[in-house]
Amino acid sequence: MVPVELFLALGAILFCIGLYGVLTRRHLVIVLVCIELMLNSVNINLIAFSSIGPFANITGQVFTLFVITLAAAEAAVGLAILIALYRNRESIDAIKQDLLRW
Amino acid sequence: MIQNAWLIPVFPLIAFIILLFFGNALKEKSSYVGITAMALSFILSVIVLVERIGGETYTFTLNWITFGDSTITMGYEVTPLNAMMLIVVTVVSLLVHIFSREYMHEDKRINVFYSYLGLFSFSMLGLILSPNILQLFIFWELVGLCSFLLVGFWYFKPEAAAAAKKAFLTTRIGDVGLLIGLVLLFNATGSFEYGAIFSAVEAGLVNDTMVTIIAICIFLGAVGKSAQFPLHVWLPDAMEGPTPVSALIHAATMVAAGVYLVGVMYPLFLVSSTAMTIVAYTGAITAFFAGTIALVNTDIKRILAYSTVSQLGFMMLALGTGGYVAGLFHLTTHAFFKALLFLGAGSVIFALHHRQDIRKMGGLWGRMKWTSITFLIGALAIAGVPPLAGFWSKEVILAAVWSNGDMFLFILAVITALMTAFYMFRLFFKAFTGEFRGDHEPHGENSKLMTVPLAVLAFLAIVAGFVNTPFGFYLEDFLLQGLNVGYQAHGEMWLVGLSIGIAVVGIGLAYLMYGKKVISSEAIRSKVPAVHKLLLNKYYMDELYQKVFVQPTVAIGKFFWEVDKGVVDGIVNFVGRATRLSGRTFAKRHDGQLQTYGLVTLIGGIAVIAVAFVLRGYFG
Repeated sequence: MVPVELFLALGAILFCIGLYGVLTRRHLVIVLVCIELMLNSVNINLIAFSSIGPFANITGQVFTLFVITLAAAEAAVGLAILIALYRNRESIDAIKQDLLRW
Repeated sequence: MIQNAWLIPVFPLIAFIILLFFGNALKEKSSYVGITAMALSFILSVIVLVERIGGETYTFTLNWITFGDSTITMGYEVTPLNAMMLIVVTVVSLLVHIFSREYMHEDKRINVFYSYLGLFSFSMLGLILSPNILQLFIFWELVGLCSFLLVGFWYFKPEAAAAAKKAFLTTRIGDVGLLIGLVLLFNATGSFEYGAIFSAVEAGLVNDTMVTIIAICIFLGAVGKSAQFPLHVWLPDAMEGPTPVSALIHAATMVAAGVYLVGVMYPLFLVSSTAMTIVAYTGAITAFFAGTIALVNTDIKRILAYSTVSQLGFMMLALGTGGYVAGLFHLTTHAFFKALLFLGAGSVIFALHHRQDIRKMGGLWGRMKWTSITFLIGALAIAGVPPLAGFWSKEVILAAVWSNGDMFLFILAVITALMTAFYMFRLFFKAFTGEFRGDHEPHGENSKLMTVPLAVLAFLAIVAGFVNTPFGFYLEDFLLQGLNVGYQAHGEMWLVGLSIGIAVVGIGLAYLMYGKKVISSEAIRSKVPAVHKLLLNKYYMDELYQKVFVQPTVAIGKFFWEVDKGVVDGIVNFVGRATRLSGRTFAKRHDGQLQTYGLVTLIGGIAVIAVAFVLRGYFG
């Protein structure tokens, strides 16, 4: 039996890598990929607690399926936005997308 | 008709309203509106006076405010004193209206001038008809406002603007006293009605100290309005206004309102001997003090202004020494001959293209016949030459002062009377006799519009005294109807001789010095240069007030302005500036970089969680 802390540690590490990527990468496609990474780290947590948590049940797995669906939809919409953005601004560099400043 | 006395002030008010709306269109024709209104008022006043002589006092009041047990009323009243004052005011006002038609015809704002005159006449007549002292106070302030407007009529002259301000502020000091007096009076007697006040005071319901304080406060109002020492400084400066205004407001009517106020409140003053003494001494000192300044002044209007102050002091002196009729009689005669003198001066000034220095006049006798003759009549009247009006009224004043028994006051009164005769004839001889010393020849006698009012006033200055002579005290009998103001002194033979003697000596001295030039005025001046300088500078009263009151007030004002600017504004500006600074600082951080926002959000989130953990004690 693998202890739950290892799953949690894996999830945390993946989440931090994802977060780091979201905050630092300049290429917006990579940022999207990193968001996927963060969502999947959450999935690992959900799965871990659903099979070996103190109140283990199926709910965690159901949520995971929802998250995967959501991630797919989000990737589709996100990529569509990026294409639209690129058509308009000829760049998907995160630093150059500063239209919302003061 | 006496029931319609309220129409008397309403006519000039209507004229004022008409000129307010249509003045610009009417322009010079404005004068006809004003003259018509005043003529109607005058006719009605005569009718009211005649009816009052044969009838009773008429009072009409409406309830204005009721609170608790007290009711304040408004209305009008025709007493003997009111009826007499109505005639004085309407006559002088009507003549001044006519005179101004010519005097002001070159002024573009003649319609404004006539509208102000209308407002003033309304206020003054309203003041006279008031049946209670609160209503009197309202009109009292209104005449003060009109005085301000008319003194400052040529507001583009800095001196006129300053004089208007000075007149308003100086009289305001007295008005505050009057207002305090009114409040105390209402507190003590529970009424503003004259009758109720006097019966409460005479019944001893108010203690003596209180009566004295109230009387002094009310007298303070009179001091301001009637330019008594030490608040006399505004009246000579008020001569910056147009000359007809000086004749109407600052000689005959408004400045007499102070004397009238003391006259109206006389039963109250009679109860307090302290207040009577203060009135008498203020009057005597003012009369003497202003008379001495008039001896050396060289501006024709200012000499007359100081003369007015001096004569008003004379009236106060009479009232203060128990001469109720004497004071009010002199008020009437003075109104006529002083208005005459002022309008005469106006005629001279008009002919000389607005030059007022008597050193630059002379020899006007042959050049302006009517003005000269009427001015001479006015001067004889004020000097007290029988049988002109001034003689009779001055003589009863001296009698009142003599019977009061205070030798100091009597001597001051006699010296003042002597000075009056002297300075008036100094003015007369300098301006009307000898060689013409000016640089512009006068354009000869003025038109009938100016000389007819002079002639009418000259006639009044001759005959007005006959209403109260030792051959028949008609005015006294009339004024004392239903009034108990104590014994009214009448002159004995030696007093009559004395007052004739005073007039003759004063005129003679002036003739020797300025007519025949036997006595050199320069020689006297060089003997006492300090006194001459002191008088020429009006005892340095203006400078003293400037140093003692005006400058400290301005300094205090400046200090608080600095406090306001530094501390109050500082705080307000600091708040504003801090907000703007923080706004600008944080706005800079708002750079549109989503990743930076994300990072800040992350740090914030971690910080919140950390704080929550610490607060819950998760970290030991």
